[in-house]
Amino acid sequence: MLNIAATDASARKIHPLPGGLHLPDNKHQSSVRPIMQAALPKRLIIPLRQHAGNPAEPLVKAGDPVLKGQKIAQGEGLISAPLHAPSSGVVSAIQSLPAPHPSGLSEPCVVIETDGEERWAELPAPMDYRQANPAAILERVRAAGVVGLGGAAFPASVKLSPRPGDGLHTLIINGAECEPYITCDDLLMRERAAKVLAGIDIIRTLLQVEKTIIGIEDNKIEAIAAMRTARDLAGYEAMEIVVIPTRYPSGGEKQLIYILTGEEIPSGGIPAQIGMVCHNVGTAAAVADAVLEGKPLISRLITITGEGVAEPRNLEALMGSPVADLIAQAGGYTPKANKLILGGPMMGYTLFSDEIPIAKATNCILAASTAEAPDPGPALACIRCGRCAEACPMSLLPQQLYWHSRAKALGKACDYNLFDCIECGCCSHVCPSHIPLVQYFRFAKSEHRREEAEKRKAELAKRRHDARQERLERLEREKKEAMRKKQEAMKAKKTAAGGDAGDAKQAAIAAAAKRAAAKKAERATQGEAPKNTQGLSAAQQRQIDEAEARRAQARKTAHSEDRARPAAATESPPQD
Amino acid sequence: MIEAIAAISLLALIFGLLLGYSSIRFKVEENPVVEQVNELLPQTQCGQCGYPGCKPYAEAVAAGEAPINLCPPGGTVTMESIATVLGVEPIPLDVEVVEERPKTRAWIDEDVCIGCTVCIKACPVDAILGTTKQMHTVIASECTGCEKCVEPCPVDCIYMVPIQAGVADWTWPFPERGRPGEIAEPARKAA
Repeated sequence: MLNIAATDASARKIHPLPGGLHLPDNKHQSSVRPIMQAALPKRLIIPLRQHAGNPAEPLVKAGDPVLKGQKIAQGEGLISAPLHAPSSGVVSAIQSLPAPHPSGLSEPCVVIETDGEERWAELPAPMDYRQANPAAILERVRAAGVVGLGGAAFPASVKLSPRPGDGLHTLIINGAECEPYITCDDLLMRERAAKVLAGIDIIRTLLQVEKTIIGIEDNKIEAIAAMRTARDLAGYEAMEIVVIPTRYPSGGEKQLIYILTGEEIPSGGIPAQIGMVCHNVGTAAAVADAVLEGKPLISRLITITGEGVAEPRNLEALMGSPVADLIAQAGGYTPKANKLILGGPMMGYTLFSDEIPIAKATNCILAASTAEAPDPGPALACIRCGRCAEACPMSLLPQQLYWHSRAKALGKACDYNLFDCIECGCCSHVCPSHIPLVQYFRFAKSEHRREEAEKRKAELAKRRHDARQERLERLEREKKEAMRKKQEAMKAKKTAAGGDAGDAKQAAIAAAAKRAAAKKAERATQGEAPKNTQGLSAAQQRQIDEAEARRAQARKTAHSEDRARPAAATESPPQD
Repeated sequence: MIEAIAAISLLALIFGLLLGYSSIRFKVEENPVVEQVNELLPQTQCGQCGYPGCKPYAEAVAAGEAPINLCPPGGTVTMESIATVLGVEPIPLDVEVVEERPKTRAWIDEDVCIGCTVCIKACPVDAILGTTKQMHTVIASECTGCEKCVEPCPVDCIYMVPIQAGVADWTWPFPERGRPGEIAEPARKAA
């Protein structure tokens, strides 16, 4: 492969990857056949979550007719992407169906029954990206639902809008495609190099970077040649096409940047922190489609391969095509088919059913035979041989991570930089004890994320509870305060009006007593005694006399007590 | 001799003042363990521990008045972390008093709701929205699943529904260890 590297005038220094593996690449099976347009499936199942970030919000409902390329769901929030109808037809339902996800859980999907007419919706006009406003180009890319097609499906428009202060200087284009079996980027570069380069030029214009480096592994001879020819034809001399040695996982973003520039991204950071941005060749082609043709991202190249299919090949398939349909177009299953893997053999996951649709991030369907995906056999005890540490391309210590993940000591695992693990699977692959190391790390990572989410939820609940307690206390205080004020006001009113009222009352009583006395006196002068003292019997008279005597006695004692009382106590109104 | 005594006395005075000042200046208002334990609790404010909320339970635990295994929503994980903070032996969750259950969330049958606002008053985190004689609803993202609203409802229209596991909060399963041939933990100890 030396001659290929030598033909590039600007021979860039290649920084060999720490760790990594030489794997049998198994790419020829699918790369010998040209790209074929996949036939239109009867039914398209479009998951609303096909990208990193928030799921899209559907804009259609069951029964709505849709046209090819029509927007059927809009992105929610900044990190999200809209979805478009891959073909014309009728929305038959919006329902939960098994999604292309390792969990095998169902996700809300828009189901479209295709009508076979492939009628296009009105597409936005092609843009001249050299003249157009960068904001308009970005908006076009965002509206086309372009996401990173390398695997993470991160909305491309976010990575295309440089933030002030980033100081971006280098654009890295990832054409490494290091995972065995997958050839969709290879075929894309071979057959559509001009489009890829046009996309790269758009990205370069948007990001205003000085350098553009395209990294391709040296096992893709035809792709390298096609890209070089197309570059020279289009006159993009500034784009550097660098051939890198084939070594898994050189196609990882961090790995590729290191190989090409020798620079490392800080732990937990993103390439923008060291002034770089990395895009996949597939994303570049999708950007070119969106800007130059106005086409939304409704189809992608996908490799259907493995000993389990009769004619391994690359298909240009519509998003939402069921896996079974695509397998059928690659010649159908062979008797050897044993296991369906979505993605490559190293990082992919097993599919439980072939009814599952493909999504924007799906690059490969591997129908593996028993020989291709053997059962690793029972896991044995770790013998601390250290081969996993040698193989780790992130220079981590998988055996330490293993002990801590296995003990569910997530904090300790994080101390050993668990979150720098790229889940490439090199450690599991070399482990002589067949320990599913990467499974432990995936478990530990997702468990840690869940715990963090729970902590955030608890924190939120605490804040809301505290706020409520505070409010209740405040209301109570306010209520008491209001009550106190009211009472005070009443008291004040009473004392203000109280003096007069008391006097008036006393005066009225005195006046009444006076009137009664006058009346009595008048009667007495007229010789009238009170009627209730007339004609008393002897017994009654005696009772009266006794009562009078008691009364006199009581008065006498009361008087003597009054005199005995201290002066202070006699402030109360005098009796009698 | 006198100098030595004077020097030592001076030092004693200086440090005494310093200590006296710091005990006033850096006075700890609250037992810091309470806050630490409270941080570990899930803050559902459900009262299943027998205390009116997470903070009172944390206070009781810190004071040594309550056992550490009374929090059902927190489960074994919370119990173990409290044990670590307090430096005590973990004790298993008392299954009769508290049992670990799948996470649930309140749901109001809005057709039946009469709008009495009783549940709103019962909710410790203000997760129920509604007003007098208007239908009420639960803000799903804020509900802690404490079930405090279920019992007071006069028309029994509040149900606790299990939270559906979605792709977003799915976690990778722990790799099977019981696979044939793998040396399991107890077996190794025995060997």
